[in-house]
Amino acid sequence: MRSVAIKMLVGDRAKYLGIIMGLTFASFLITEQLAIFTGLMTRTFGFITDTSIADIWVMDPKVQFVDDIKPMQDMQLYRTRGVEGVEWAVPLYKGLLKAKLENGNYQTVILIGLDDATLVGAPPVMLGGQSADLRRSEAVIVDTVGAAGKLSKPSPLPGAKRIPLAIGDNIEINDNRATVVGICRVSRTFQSQPVVYTTYSRATTFAPKERKLLSFILVKAKPGEDINALAARIRKVTGLAAHTRDGFKELTVRYYMKYTGIPINFGMAVLLGFIVGTAIAGQTFYNFTLENLKHFGTLKAMGASNKTLLGMIVLQALMVGGIGYGLGVGAATIFGKLVKGTELAFRLPWQLLVITAVAITLICIFAALLSIRKVIKLEPAIVFKT
Amino acid sequence: MRDKNKNPFPCDEETITQTLAVHCKGITKSYGNGNEVVNALNGINLDVFTGQLTMLVGPSGCGKTTLISIMAGILDQDDGDCVVFGKSFKDMNEFEKTLYRGNQVGFVFQSFNLIPTLTAVENVAIPLLIRRTDRKLALEKAAETLKNVALSERINALPSQLSGGQQQRVAIARSLVHEPRLIVCDEPTSSLDHETGFRIMELLQYAALCADRALVIVTHDPRIFDFADRIAKMDDGRIVEVFDSPEDMKKS
Repeated sequence: MRSVAIKMLVGDRAKYLGIIMGLTFASFLITEQLAIFTGLMTRTFGFITDTSIADIWVMDPKVQFVDDIKPMQDMQLYRTRGVEGVEWAVPLYKGLLKAKLENGNYQTVILIGLDDATLVGAPPVMLGGQSADLRRSEAVIVDTVGAAGKLSKPSPLPGAKRIPLAIGDNIEINDNRATVVGICRVSRTFQSQPVVYTTYSRATTFAPKERKLLSFILVKAKPGEDINALAARIRKVTGLAAHTRDGFKELTVRYYMKYTGIPINFGMAVLLGFIVGTAIAGQTFYNFTLENLKHFGTLKAMGASNKTLLGMIVLQALMVGGIGYGLGVGAATIFGKLVKGTELAFRLPWQLLVITAVAITLICIFAALLSIRKVIKLEPAIVFKT
Repeated sequence: MRDKNKNPFPCDEETITQTLAVHCKGITKSYGNGNEVVNALNGINLDVFTGQLTMLVGPSGCGKTTLISIMAGILDQDDGDCVVFGKSFKDMNEFEKTLYRGNQVGFVFQSFNLIPTLTAVENVAIPLLIRRTDRKLALEKAAETLKNVALSERINALPSQLSGGQQQRVAIARSLVHEPRLIVCDEPTSSLDHETGFRIMELLQYAALCADRALVIVTHDPRIFDFADRIAKMDDGRIVEVFDSPEDMKKS
């Protein structure tokens, strides 16, 4: 009876396409919104990902996420270095500073100050120059997106494209001259501000004068050391917060989930996709069953059991669900390819495909249940009513 | 009017034995509840024999369709019992009734009830597919049955591409393909013109020529009464009279 079920479904082109469209729309919207949400959340800890060499991040206990800078005294670095199991510990400066551009405009940048000796935390990918060039006088490395975008220079020709900031160009950071010695690629940041790398000592001279300027301490554990145990030990000895790389990412995401409207906004969009998908696909599938009720009655009269009819409806629901899911996820993937490298955050890990599959399955189960109930209750004697 | 030489079905009239197929005793059935109760059947007693075409005739609303629905096992009686091929409905549970319908009953409907998205041969194969016959074998058997109803040229046509008479032929082929022992037809000619209706009745009459098969037709079309072997006249939920031939009915 499988072939009969499939032919009944695809034979009614309008309804068949209507159900598929509803499920495709739901699948696309759910996948796309979840992927953008995941992309955004990934951006929140992009800097932690880029600084993957550190096993443990040490910070003020009041820090709630990676951009929440609560500076510590420099002496905390030495205390951390003294904790048993620490291979090395280096300072890291992170702050928002104003950069003055050639045309006189100001642009806020994320300034990263790396340990002068080791340059631990240097940009993961250099597109021009080398990270060692940071040791030159007034040197800074600028991320490519910032260099081509917010830090770019206006063209002398009217109406022409802006000129990206290049190696050798100068900018002013907090009234201090800085020379671009390299262009790098970093993970996009949540705030979409340009990222500027320099040494720790230079960063502290760029930054406004404060008593405490140490943002984070990056720690590498000795080989074979349990990093969770080491983090606990650092917390105990120094009284500071110490998180593993994954733990710090989790802390950051948790903050954004709890204190921003992002999850609720995306959650609403996902819910909307689910509801619209359920409404369109469920209603159309139910109508399809209602219109075929007489035929289901005929099959029942001719000896088809409720189990057989149930199997037919489930097969029909699975078929439209599978096609709608495939088309929706496919469209979302194409969308992701199209927006790759743009401001739009889009990340599609396999887990999202599973979540969408579960959502589409739920929609199909709902649609099928409505129909199954009607067919199971159907009196076969309906066949003699014209 | 039956010419055995024209019989398109592989049955031999000589082998026909008229045995009791359906025995209905004291069947009552009512619809609705409270003050809205309508008594559709009021104590029906009727025997249907194999090798015969039995007609249930009478005015609209007299309970003809309710009676064949009960005989076919698609409607439960309130009281009384029907014994079909030696087995009482009272002794059958829902599953057994479903099996009974699938194995022993063929249906022909007034409005054909063909699935519009299936071809003629696929529609005819349905009773076999319900019985889990292999799809290829089912389609082969269905094509053979369509040949018997003179539709071998149109096996791949959709119902919408067939005339009313052709659709009813497909429906008849569907009712015969699994070789049921009881065929119930509800007003099989009322949607057809006189000439086509006549041809359809000829076909159904030959279908009844098989040994161990009974055919019950519900109709209020007097033009086809001549095809009957027995006629049960109904009125107001009762069998008023049973005639052993159309001639007997005319005489009365």
